[in-house]
Amino acid sequence: MNLSEYSVADWAFVAVALFTVLTAAYAVFAQNIVRAVFSLLGTFLGVALIYGFLSADFLAAIQLLVYVGGILVLILFAVMLTSNISEPSASNRSGGLVTSLLFSAALLFILVTIALGVPWQNNGPTEFVSSTERIGEFLLREGLLAFEVLSVVLVGIVIGAVVIARWQDPAGKETGS
Amino acid sequence: MTQVTLPHFLVLSAVLFALGLLCVLSRRQAVAILIGIELMLNAAGINFVAFSRYGTARVDGVVFVLFMIALAAAEAVVALALIFALQRRWKTVDVTRVNSLKG
Repeated sequence: MNLSEYSVADWAFVAVALFTVLTAAYAVFAQNIVRAVFSLLGTFLGVALIYGFLSADFLAAIQLLVYVGGILVLILFAVMLTSNISEPSASNRSGGLVTSLLFSAALLFILVTIALGVPWQNNGPTEFVSSTERIGEFLLREGLLAFEVLSVVLVGIVIGAVVIARWQDPAGKETGS
Repeated sequence: MTQVTLPHFLVLSAVLFALGLLCVLSRRQAVAILIGIELMLNAAGINFVAFSRYGTARVDGVVFVLFMIALAAAEAVVALALIFALQRRWKTVDVTRVNSLKG
């Protein structure tokens, strides 16, 4: 494999991929949970850039809005509203680290073997094609039912989350039911 | 001509997925487990978009990931509510100590 065959875009991909993996690894291995969450910010940004490399521009924007702007803030809330979670001792590993590593490494080996072993076809467009217009058409034609069902699911989730989060000790003044 | 093709994206998402699985299996904090789940969801999303880009060249995969992101947000909300409930009921978010269903 000749290194000079690689273009600037390839090196940019390698840099973004390395950034994504390294921040994800820090999020997994960090003892301090607040640092792990902020490292996850880098992972989400990296994944948004990867979507950009795959010419999914709309998805990259949505990834930024929902993951970085929404889910990450939610997780930060969860971290900061629960007591003594940010102490390193509170997020120690359980005893099963060796087993977990074994399972993860086995899965990684299988997935990489498949990814590199199968002769994938490559008939995508070579240039950038904006996908936003086609996504809109798809959502309002073939995907209309799923789109509407998703909104019902979201309503159910919101009600369920409120019911669960309002739980209080039965000895207290309110049962939350 | 760019040399980065489908296998590169598949390997990247495999690494992310393995990291997420490791996080879910080895952590005891409920929030840390949520982080692992988000990592695995992102890895699956990369796979969907990569196959859609290099395979059929249609938008099916992108729309699938859109739905996935919406459901991931919903899942994060429910997880947050559960974590609050755990914190109130057991005064801890260590999932190994929440075992009152254990016989």
